[in-house]
Order: sequence, then C-alpha cells, then structure tokens
Amino acid sequence: MTPAQAATRAGTAAELAARAHNIRRNVVRMATGKGEGYVGQGLDAAEILAALFCSELRLGTGRDDDRFILSPGHYSIALWAAMAEAVMLDAGLLDSYGADGSDIIMSTHRGAVAGVELTGGSLAHGLPVAAGMAIGNALAGRPGRIATFVSDGELQEGSQWEAIMFAGHRRLSALLMVLDVNRTQADGPLVIEHEPLVEKLRAFGWWCDDVDGNDVSAILAGLDAARADERPKALVCRTRLANGVPLLMQRDRAHFVRVGDDEWQTVADQLEEGR
Amino acid sequence: MSATERRPSTAEQMGRMTAPGPFAAGLLAVAERRADIVAVTADSAKYTDLLPFVERYPDRFVDVGIAEQNLIGVAAGLAMSGYTPVATTFAVFATRRALDFIAIQCALTHENVKIVAGLPGICSTFGPTHQGIDDLAHMRVIPGMTVIDPCDPFDMEQATIAALDHDGPVYLRQLLGRHEPPVLDPARHPFVLGKARRLRDGTDVGIVASSIMVAPAVAAAEQLAADGVSAAVLQVSTLKPFDDDAVAELAAATGRLVTAENHAVIGGLHSAVAEALVGRGVAARVAAVGMQDEFGVFGTRPYVAEHHGLTTDSVLAACRRLLTG
Repeated sequence: MTPAQAATRAGTAAELAARAHNIRRNVVRMATGKGEGYVGQGLDAAEILAALFCSELRLGTGRDDDRFILSPGHYSIALWAAMAEAVMLDAGLLDSYGADGSDIIMSTHRGAVAGVELTGGSLAHGLPVAAGMAIGNALAGRPGRIATFVSDGELQEGSQWEAIMFAGHRRLSALLMVLDVNRTQADGPLVIEHEPLVEKLRAFGWWCDDVDGNDVSAILAGLDAARADERPKALVCRTRLANGVPLLMQRDRAHFVRVGDDEWQTVADQLEEGR
Repeated sequence: MSATERRPSTAEQMGRMTAPGPFAAGLLAVAERRADIVAVTADSAKYTDLLPFVERYPDRFVDVGIAEQNLIGVAAGLAMSGYTPVATTFAVFATRRALDFIAIQCALTHENVKIVAGLPGICSTFGPTHQGIDDLAHMRVIPGMTVIDPCDPFDMEQATIAALDHDGPVYLRQLLGRHEPPVLDPARHPFVLGKARRLRDGTDVGIVASSIMVAPAVAAAEQLAADGVSAAVLQVSTLKPFDDDAVAELAAATGRLVTAENHAVIGGLHSAVAEALVGRGVAARVAAVGMQDEFGVFGTRPYVAEHHGLTTDSVLAACRRLLTG
C-alpha cells in the first residue's frame, strides 16, 4: 500500500483488528444461550466484515454509494454484528437475534432492516443479483461497487458459475466478490474439492488473489491491489471456522455448531484470552 | 473487416430481422416513454421477439447466455437498481430451471421483474422438454405473482403494455405470431388486468377458455348454436388475480362449465375455475379440456393438438357430454 492510499483508508490495521474483535464479541453475545447456531461463521468472517464495513466500503442509500450483498443468509449473525459495530444497526437489537417476530433473523430478508439488500437463505443467489446491480450501475453511470460476500460452499451451485462466467465476459468491474473459504459445509468438511480457486477465477476473466481471511492487514492489502483492475474482482479469503475460540475450532468441523449451556462462559473467556 | 465496411448490429448478428410481433410492439411502445425498461434474455432474443427492441435500444439489452438462473438473478438485480427488466426465455426453462430465483428474488419482495415466457403449452413442436404445460401451475402458487396468458396477437400486445405498467412481478406467457392465432376481434376493448371478458352470451353451457383455446371455444359455441344450444364463452387472460366474479356468474347462469386451456388441467385454468366456484359456493359441473396429466408428444401443432384433445371437437364433445349427462 502506498502512503497516499493508506491515508485515504479509514482505520489502521490495528484499529480494524480491534473492530473485528468487537464483531466477534457481538457474535458471541447473540449466540449465547441459543444452544446452537451459525456462531462459527460469525467468528470466521469478523476480519472480512470489519475491513469491508469499517474501511473499504462507503455504504448508504446515496447515488454514488457502494452496496453490500450477503449471499449466504446463514452468515446473518456476522452481518448484524458488523452492522452494529459500524453503527448501521442499533446494538440493542442484537439481543433479539433469532427471536420470534424479530427482524434480526437467522437469515436475511431484503429491506427488513435498512442496509440489507438481498434475501439470503437459498444459496448462490447473491452473485447473479449482484451482477444485475453492477449492470444497473453501469447503465446509470453510478460509480458505486457491488461488494458480494460469498461462501465457498456456494461454489457447488451452478448459478454461481453462471454468474462468474457472465461477469467475466461482461467485465463487470463494479463487482467485488469476497469469497470466504472455510472449507466447511452442512455435512462437515468440504464435500467437493474446489481448488485451485485463484486459477479458476482468473481463467473466468476475473482479477483474483488469495489472502489470510483472518488477517486484517492481508485483507486490506488484497482490497487495495484489487481496486484498480477493470475486471470483476475476487478476493479469496482463507478463514478458520470459529476463529478466536479454540473450544469451537476444535469441535468437529460443523456448519451448525451445538454449544451446551455450560460452555458459553468458556467461549466468552477464550475469545478475550486470544485477543 | 475494412474500415468502410459497416459493422453489423447486435440484432443483425443474431439472425434474420423480422417484423415486430405483438410482444415487440407492446414493448417498444412502453420503452419509448420509459427509460427504465431493459431487456434480458438467455440466448433467446431471436425466438422471443426481442430483436426490434435490441435494434432500437442496444444499450438496454443484456444476453446472459444459456443460464436461466442467472437470467432471473440479473433481472432481479436490475429491478433492485430501479430498472424494470423484461426477462425472456421459454416457459419451461423459466419455470423449471429458475423457479427458486423467481420465488425468492422476484416475488418475495415484490420486485418489478417481468418474465416473458415463450412457447406456452403445446406451441412448441419440440416435445416435452419445450412444451410449457405446467408453467402456470408453478407461477400461480407463488405468493404475489401476477400471471397472464394472452389469447391472440391483439391481446398479447395489450397484455405486454399492461404487464410493464403494473407494479410488481409478472409472469406473461408469450404468443409470438402477428396473425396466429387469428385476432378474435380487434375492435374489442383493451386488455384489463384481472378481468375476464364475455365474448358470447349463452344459457345452456359456459365455456371458460384461455390462450390458443379461446378461438376453438368460440368455434364450438357457434356450432352448438347451429344445433340450438346456447353456449356462452368467457375469455380469461389473467390467471392471477383471477376473475372469480365472472366465473361464478357464468356458472350460476348455466350450471355447466367447460374449461379449455393450453396447459395441464391440473394447476391452471381448470383449477382456478374450480377454486373460484368452491369459494363462492356455486354448484356446477365442470369438464376440463387441456393436457390430461400427461406429457406432450413431438409434432406439428395440429398433430399435437389432435393427439391431446386441444381442439374445437374436444370442446364440443365436452359440452355435449355435460348437456346430455
């Protein structure tokens, strides 16, 4: 990163790492007592969302603003945590996560909460919709980017590749795909090998590079490198499910973690110890 | 290519330019006054009457290739960006291959996406993979979806305009030809969303017909009249919202209905009529002309129609069974 670029970026790496920690705290706070949930995804995506929400993106409803698309609705716990950290969501609402009648649902519903652009839950819908939004921006001459968070399991859906091929062909430069590669899915460890990811995406006409997705500095460097390219951009972020909480990281690779009532205090303690 | 040689337009590269069909005419009429209209297709511009639009508005056209999920996803993204996308492909591919995207990205949050579906029912000669005999059932059951099944070129053009001007997701079945099926009555009033139209009054039996079965229904009613039987014909072009009133009124007056549709008799017009009658508590016997829980055969339109009983004779026979049984 050149000094000039560094100067324009909100937050230093150290500050953003602290914000990622706050996002993890929010995630644990939301998951505690629920017995089970997508706490693993929430913890693994904290650095990515800290980088996007607290530095890289200019989110809002203005004509020139960026848009954020969360493709896998199952990660909504991380989205709510990050939005609260970025002061886009009242942190007091986090306690209603998953409660009957709450808008802070275990997935996402477009428009139910300001800033939620996509209904998630059915996987691999995000990139096709984001491609349409990128075309919309191009048609209207709007400069904003469409940042799309995609999970690696979604790559098994055909619609993902329809959109990847299309975006590469159309050189949809407004598209920024951040791919969370935690190599975990509902049945456990990745059931279909997807590597080599970087080579695949480059072959489809995308700018692509990979970084440690739990290292804020590496993510920021990747986002900086991507920025100038005129192709659609994919940043492959290699993450560790439940990062920051050894108790959960050592558990069987689980997409949907089960946590006993007596374990939540340990989860909270380990999160603070590992800081 | 030499510098002086004219570069062919996108539309020309796609093949033979044809005169605009009724869909293109309606689309162009609206696109002229509304800059938010964009067209998206899945390698079907030529076969869904999009070329006149492509020629006129090349920058407002997107071809996603043979990828129907992406077609609907991209269309939804455009709608979420303030545009009104018209997404075209064949009925079978829109509804069988992209159903989840239609339900979640178009209907759930009421996005302004217009799905224009070619080759409805037995309009394809290419067998069961291309004959959309179940598309209306898939679309009717999706909450908030408006479902339109025009009956002739005049109706098609008018319905296109109404669909584009309607706020919300619309599934519009497409009839391609400018002269086929023959225009029933160009002097009749324009298409009105949600309203069935009484083409003919009658007291002995009522024929409720849609799509390419409206003309056979009228022909059947004329033959019945020659036999001294008074048959009414109700043309239904909007499957949802359905005109329960018109159907209930006809059933109350005749006590006997025949439904005639270019679709399976399960989930389409026949089902909509039955639901309306049950809901209103109107008792009537209702016979169904359409695809009888079977896939279609390959062949020319008359052959397929004959094979599956989507003909004037079938409508006549159904009426006579009700009148004598």
